[in-house]
Amino acid sequence: MQNFLALLGNLWELLARRVDNFLMASALAIVGVGLVTLFSASDQNVARVTSQALSLGFALVLMWIVANVAPQQIVRAAVPLYAVSVLLLVAVALGGTVVNGSRRWLNLGIGRFQPSELMKIALPLMLAWYFQKRETRLRFVDFIVAAVLIALPVWLIKRQPDLGTALMIGAAGFYVLYLAGLSWKIMLGLAAVAGAAAPFVWQHLHDYQQERILTFIDPARDPLGAGYHSSQASIALGSGGVIGKGWLNGTQTHLDFLPERHTDFIFAVFGEEFGLIGNTVLLVLYLLLIGRALVITANASTLFTRLLAGAITLMFFTYAFVNMAMVSGLLPIVGVPLPLVSYGGTALVSLFIGLGILMNVQANRKLVKT
Amino acid sequence: MRRLFVKRGRPFSALESPELKNPERELSHFRRRLMGAAALIVLGFAGLVGRFVYLQVFQHQHYQTLAESNRIAIVPIVPNRGVITDRNGVILAQSYSAYTLEVTPSRVKNLDETIDELAKLVDIQQRDRKRFRRLLEETKNFESLPLRTRLSNEEVARFAVNRYRFPGVEIKARLFRQYPFGEIASHVIGYIGRINDRDVERIDEWDETANYKGSDYIGKVGLELSYERELHGTTGVEEVEVDAGGRAVRTLSRTAPTSGNNLRLSLDIKLQQAIEAAFGERRGALVAIDPSNGEVLAFISKPGFDPNLFVDGIDPASWDALNDSPDKPLLNRPLRGAYPPGSTIKPFLALSALASGKRTATQTIFDPGFFQIAGSAHRFRDDKVGGHGTVDMTKSIVVSCDTYYYMLANDTDIDVTHDFLAQFGFGSKTGIDIEGELSGVLPSRAWKRERFAGKNYRDEHRKWYLGDSISAGIGQGYNAFTPLQQAEAIATIANDGLAYRPHLVRSIENVKTGAVRDIVPQASHTVPVKPEHLAVVKNALIGVAREGTGARAFVGSQYVSAGKTGTSQLFSLKGEKYSASHVDERLRDHAWYLAYAPADHPRIALAVLVENGGFGAQAAAPIARAVFDYYLLGRPPAAAAPEAPRATDDESD
Repeated sequence: MQNFLALLGNLWELLARRVDNFLMASALAIVGVGLVTLFSASDQNVARVTSQALSLGFALVLMWIVANVAPQQIVRAAVPLYAVSVLLLVAVALGGTVVNGSRRWLNLGIGRFQPSELMKIALPLMLAWYFQKRETRLRFVDFIVAAVLIALPVWLIKRQPDLGTALMIGAAGFYVLYLAGLSWKIMLGLAAVAGAAAPFVWQHLHDYQQERILTFIDPARDPLGAGYHSSQASIALGSGGVIGKGWLNGTQTHLDFLPERHTDFIFAVFGEEFGLIGNTVLLVLYLLLIGRALVITANASTLFTRLLAGAITLMFFTYAFVNMAMVSGLLPIVGVPLPLVSYGGTALVSLFIGLGILMNVQANRKLVKT
Repeated sequence: MRRLFVKRGRPFSALESPELKNPERELSHFRRRLMGAAALIVLGFAGLVGRFVYLQVFQHQHYQTLAESNRIAIVPIVPNRGVITDRNGVILAQSYSAYTLEVTPSRVKNLDETIDELAKLVDIQQRDRKRFRRLLEETKNFESLPLRTRLSNEEVARFAVNRYRFPGVEIKARLFRQYPFGEIASHVIGYIGRINDRDVERIDEWDETANYKGSDYIGKVGLELSYERELHGTTGVEEVEVDAGGRAVRTLSRTAPTSGNNLRLSLDIKLQQAIEAAFGERRGALVAIDPSNGEVLAFISKPGFDPNLFVDGIDPASWDALNDSPDKPLLNRPLRGAYPPGSTIKPFLALSALASGKRTATQTIFDPGFFQIAGSAHRFRDDKVGGHGTVDMTKSIVVSCDTYYYMLANDTDIDVTHDFLAQFGFGSKTGIDIEGELSGVLPSRAWKRERFAGKNYRDEHRKWYLGDSISAGIGQGYNAFTPLQQAEAIATIANDGLAYRPHLVRSIENVKTGAVRDIVPQASHTVPVKPEHLAVVKNALIGVAREGTGARAFVGSQYVSAGKTGTSQLFSLKGEKYSASHVDERLRDHAWYLAYAPADHPRIALAVLVENGGFGAQAAAPIARAVFDYYLLGRPPAAAAPEAPRATDDESD
């Protein structure tokens, strides 16, 4: 018995050794909020919650593996992972499964897999690797290379079409450049170019994308059409009030007014049922998670790990912010899930891999000294 | 272009030696950027908190209201429309509930695809698609529109199983109107149709807008139109909790609708059927009235139309067929067809002459076969070549002597005639309880002045000429009466001058309370005729049916009837010999017969008009015979009433 307990203790020691408790606790708290909300959003569908919990188990295993591999393994994985991700995106473009008019998924037989999710990790990894490699010899041409590395997956994802994810991945790339020290002048210049290109880009947007942006500017434009999601989500949040309508009692949710309520709009369900208090608690949880990630980033030992951890942290924030801003009507509707809360296995897995990387960085902060 | 990366303002480039690279500085620069990012994060979350506070605290009331109205819908419950039955309770119009397949276009992504998919489950014809397209153009797209009506139970079941595949498509129970007799009495009953902009105005005028929430249909023609407010009923209300699809999840409160009132008509549908059969393929009109109370026993307009076609919105092909037909099946002839009365006006003119003292019953004239106005060479011809010889008033009616009436018209001022005849209802609406009645024309000086008052006419057009009087004197010229007016007039004679307002509805039943409100016969007025004058004319009318122009149709009848034949000219041939065979069928004269029976105690009075039927005695009188045989003896006509043979060329009206 003593031995058994010792064995358990050893096992726990092995499991928990490189897991960052603070990061883990805040992430699991957020996932818990997600599962509880999912139960309500799916009209108490246990199967859906179970499926998400299974994804969580798988994601935790991957997180643990990533947290425990040697840091050099991660560096080495950068190029192949990026290459595989690009190839998968090409494969999707050639023979992906079409759902709701978008070709985003690859059918793997056991389930569908969204390669763009993989790219969320692969691109910062690749860029961090590239900048690390060129650390001492950075030239203008390196930025051209970095820009191409970013533009290729962004273009592939945008044409699926999945504008939201394309923008997110573009942002991930940009964060690496920003953290690597890209001159403010160039960033401002890029912003100016983007502004000038806006009308051109506008023409290349799909009708529904244009419609979403127009509707964002004036939601009353088409309250039963494109503005429907946005106004129904606002109604859900607003009618929730300070204390919310209570778990399982959201009328917007249960009477089917909320679209995409398991996935992109799950925050509206949460906000309706738990009110301002619930929202604040959730924001605090995110802030704790992100704050911890920032600390880890700040303490990272190499340029590679710094850039990688920083990009992952900022991405985490960006997802959470964009989703909640979209649901509450601050931003136009882009298909971005709420990290750790929205239903969806692939997203959960890639988020936990990200957390695994952060843990790996944290665990190795002193091991690799420059 | 080398200063791409900045380090505290110093260039950092490949030109710098690695030795100069300062890891501490690099790290501190990175951390500064990270601080910038952290500031952005805090700012972003602060923005979100601000937004949440705005939505959930300051705008809470507003959104709460929106959520409530999202959730609770007031659903009108359409009442059952009243049933229309004939006098014996046979159903002429009824509502029934049937399932319709309805689509809410705003909730369907690809309409065509969805309809194609639905067509695999339920039978959707091209005309269903066309009608749906039309409705789609007419209405706002958040209403649900019927794609298919009257689904079979099997179709309902098939759709129900597949319903999850079709968001925005659902099965609804709707009330439909059905007219079991089709064409029979279609002009009386009329039909309902979808409410249009004009109807909405009408509803507004009644101040009934709330009561018509949820109603799709409204009476358009006939009794369905004129008794709309009795038939419609009171709309109920249900407060339901709905989901975003508008589907009711649970009822919160309910006020039941009150069905519309049932109408029981004075019409006898069997009589109606018998008469329509007697008409056969001929066009025309017949109105039969119970002279003792004004109840309309039969009201025929041939040809008819199938009102069932209109209920769902008539398809363009059927509409064109009805609307463009030269037979004008949509025209309500008894109500809106004005025809010269021809010789049927003679009994009324005889009464007028007796009343004014222009003639006595026994006073005779000599008929040489024509009449000439003093100082004119124009001969107004009588139908009988060589004339009827010596003619008194009775004979003038029995043989329908034109010359007698030419002379009478010559002696009588038109306004005197007008004022007397107006008492029988000519030239004014009878006031029957169905909308759209025409007044017809009973000419007078005033009428002519008014009629030709326009700028295009000169004074000579407006002046009344003696020739006008002469033509009017035999029921031609400007005279134009509707079959309904004719029936009402002969019924007034049959009832010895006491006129009842004709009406189609006998009683109105409140379905909820069971209370029956009888329509009290309204004696509209009494025509002041002396009984001895009336006796002369009524005897003469009996003579018409016994040995006069109508006799051939009434050979061997088991009752005594009274009647008067008439021919209304379409083709002005007076002065020439009219030959039916030389005139195009549609330009032939219209045949009239006014009659009542039994002569001593009339139970039924009628006016028959057969369009282009030629002589009244030939085409119209046999139909009257068939009606009387059926109504008085219960003998159904075998088929279309045969035309009475014309014995001689001159036996006519």
